[in-house]
Amino acid sequence: MSTRASPRMLSTAASWWRPVAARLDRVAGGVFILPAVAVILAFSIFPLLTSLYVSLSRLGFSEGGVELKFVGFDNYAKLLFGIDRPHFLGVNGPLTPTGIAVLVAIYGLFAFLLYRYARGPNRTVGGLAGRLVATGIAGALVWLIVNTILTSGRPGTLVVTIVYVAVDVAIQYLLGLGLALLVVQHLPGRRFFRVVFLLPMMITPVGVAYLFRMLTDTSKGPLYPMWVHLGLTDVSWVTNPWGARLAVMVGDVWQWTPFIFIVLLAAIETLPQELVEAAVVDGANRWQVFWRITFPQILPATITVVLIRIIEGFKIVDLPNVLTNGGPGTATESLTLHAYTIWRALDIGGSAAVAYMLLIVVTFVGISYVSLFRRRETATA
Amino acid sequence: MSRVLARALVLLVGVGVMAACSTGSNTSSNQPYAGTTIRVVTFTGPQIAEPLQRRAPDFEKLTGAKVQIITVPFSDLYPKLLNDFATKTNSYDATVFDPQWMGDYVPSGYLEDLTDRVQKDSALQWNDIAPFFRDFSATFKGKVYTIPLDGDFQMVYYRKDLLQKDGIQPPATWDDYISIAKHFQGKDLNGDGKADYGSCLAMKRAAQSYWAWISIAAAYLQSQGTKQGTFFNTDTMQPLTNNPGAAAALDVYKQLSKIGPPDQLNNDVGDSRGLFVTGRCALSLDWGDIGPLAVDKTQSTVQDKVGAIILPGSKRVLDRSTNQLADCNSTLCPYATNGVNHSPFAAFGGWSGAINAAAKPTVKDAAFAFLSYMSQPAQSSLDVTIGKTGFNPYRTSHFNNQGPWLASGMSASAAADYLGAIQASLQSPNMVLDLRIPQSAFYEQTALDQALAQYLAGELTLNQTMAQITSQWNQKTDEVGRQAQLAAYKSSLSITK
Repeated sequence: MSTRASPRMLSTAASWWRPVAARLDRVAGGVFILPAVAVILAFSIFPLLTSLYVSLSRLGFSEGGVELKFVGFDNYAKLLFGIDRPHFLGVNGPLTPTGIAVLVAIYGLFAFLLYRYARGPNRTVGGLAGRLVATGIAGALVWLIVNTILTSGRPGTLVVTIVYVAVDVAIQYLLGLGLALLVVQHLPGRRFFRVVFLLPMMITPVGVAYLFRMLTDTSKGPLYPMWVHLGLTDVSWVTNPWGARLAVMVGDVWQWTPFIFIVLLAAIETLPQELVEAAVVDGANRWQVFWRITFPQILPATITVVLIRIIEGFKIVDLPNVLTNGGPGTATESLTLHAYTIWRALDIGGSAAVAYMLLIVVTFVGISYVSLFRRRETATA
Repeated sequence: MSRVLARALVLLVGVGVMAACSTGSNTSSNQPYAGTTIRVVTFTGPQIAEPLQRRAPDFEKLTGAKVQIITVPFSDLYPKLLNDFATKTNSYDATVFDPQWMGDYVPSGYLEDLTDRVQKDSALQWNDIAPFFRDFSATFKGKVYTIPLDGDFQMVYYRKDLLQKDGIQPPATWDDYISIAKHFQGKDLNGDGKADYGSCLAMKRAAQSYWAWISIAAAYLQSQGTKQGTFFNTDTMQPLTNNPGAAAALDVYKQLSKIGPPDQLNNDVGDSRGLFVTGRCALSLDWGDIGPLAVDKTQSTVQDKVGAIILPGSKRVLDRSTNQLADCNSTLCPYATNGVNHSPFAAFGGWSGAINAAAKPTVKDAAFAFLSYMSQPAQSSLDVTIGKTGFNPYRTSHFNNQGPWLASGMSASAAADYLGAIQASLQSPNMVLDLRIPQSAFYEQTALDQALAQYLAGELTLNQTMAQITSQWNQKTDEVGRQAQLAAYKSSLSITK
């Protein structure tokens, strides 16, 4: 008996199989991504929606357990207009001449940028609307920062967090870039320093916080002889609001500069040398080589690494929690620590509301940053 | 030969079987909890966790029960316990915790009623526990839910040698405390050539600092006995945090923040204790821990140089009828001594052990046996004399039997001084009870703690501080229910009408 199929049988089978295969091809994509979607739904979307509900609720005790009571936007109202407003947004002081000058300068810049876009060839209605919304939010944040920092008022956890992110990421970037440019030079011991510069990133943030707690203690600790020499043993960094914030920022810069350093080092080391050599032959000096050749080529890596640090920076909690417990007062309290502090008192709804405000701010800053630099990158390319 | 070998083998097996049977019978009779594991959660310490960890192996040898001590930071203990209970995770069988939180855990049904067990356990010697700790720290609405392991009163410690040398009396009032602290601030108090501090207090935020302010405020706010209460008006549940008495206490607190180490605002109790027992401070305010720590030769340089007294008081107290400060007289301050109103504060109430109502019955039995073992005089009379345990005296026998104190290195006069200060607090008819109402953790640990930290840091003025505490307390009271909170507050003060 022959096992070979006749051409007729093959033709029948093919005609039966073809629509099934086509159907399978159509659904295969969905089937393949289903596990990933299920995982994202279970571990990301579901908790996000649950925490949104929690932020609209209040936890209370009842006979035999606890219950969540729906309170609408009460928790958000408490943060923005109610009893927690000074803690979250800070306290405004009367505007000073410096504050007015800064506000005029920044608002003037915003107006100029909007005007330039509106008069430019690439304007669209959607683009203009988006810019107006972004400018409005950015303008409100600038107003808040100026009114709480450049006045006799005091910043709340939102402004303190923005200060941490802006100052830390800027200094980390400058130091990281400087170190990366230094290490690519053919200097003796550069391999050793490449490893040494990375070490702070490997230490747990709580360890870094304890380390800086010892270093900033002027009455004892490893730097005590130095404080004695400088006559600063009666001065405490961490009992002065800006001293304490500075201590937190120094710790954060120390820990996370290596991250920017290693990413930029990798980007610089992969640059083609021909361009640099051609520029040198054409008479370009070191600054021109850096500004015209190196920097534009590492711009994609720069944008990515700064975005990662901005997002991470908004979530800072370990350093202020261990170093000062958010003190003195609430001077060093970040948004995440604010949420954690409220959570410890079982105000779970209020804590979730702070976390959602953080999410909104991070999303706004992230999207604005990406859209701003994507255009720059496109223009450079 | 083979027969001899076979007989020897049978004999060996027989002896082995008998030995196994014998071991088995021992296990069942002497180790009633063999195979049982008890998971006990408490705070990181090293205080409180240390004696539990040290004695757990001894308890295992006695009963066969394995005890796992799980530790979490103090500020996380309350929410962690509640999350564990509420989500029915039940990863903890027992806890050594703050009895103030019974106000939340007991009505919710999370803690086991221990009333029958304590009555039946003769080894526990329940009646030896001082009545305050038995009736307040251990009892909620007439039923026993905790076993006291610690007795907590705040008091003032002073350097006896320095005060005697300069002819200064220990502080009777908070004004005296400030003037003595100023007198010694900047002087070398331990002979190391460095300037030292007049007073060392723990003022760090999110730690255990706010109790010190309550200790000061109590002198101005409560003068007519324990049932008057320090925290709220017992008719309206309005907070007593925005009046001239609270203002006076805030003023004292602010002054003290400037007479001490430069980083006092960032010091926890561990820091202030360390500074005091190394001779760097003339005064300190603390629980009973400094007494035993001061005789610990491994860390103390002030052995037999430390005196202890009841909390200082005030000659002017809040007259609630006028809401003004008024001079003490026999009507306003019926319990005053030499015209000074003392309001000793039973801050915290003493670490106490409780059992998760959802634990398995055998585990509950084993957990009760462990907590009882820790509290029994044989163990506790030694533990309260060791500074690093964090346990302070709470049994009548702890006060009456000086033997363990003398054995710990304390002189007879120092022991009498130390125990006398605690007894004076314990026996005061004007003793201040700590807040024990639902969500007391929010009132003290969050609202009060944050406002005090902001006040010391200069973020809030005195009036803003009082207004913020009052408004946050009122808001929480209204959220939970004013009448329910008032009933709970009155119940905690044993007001029945």
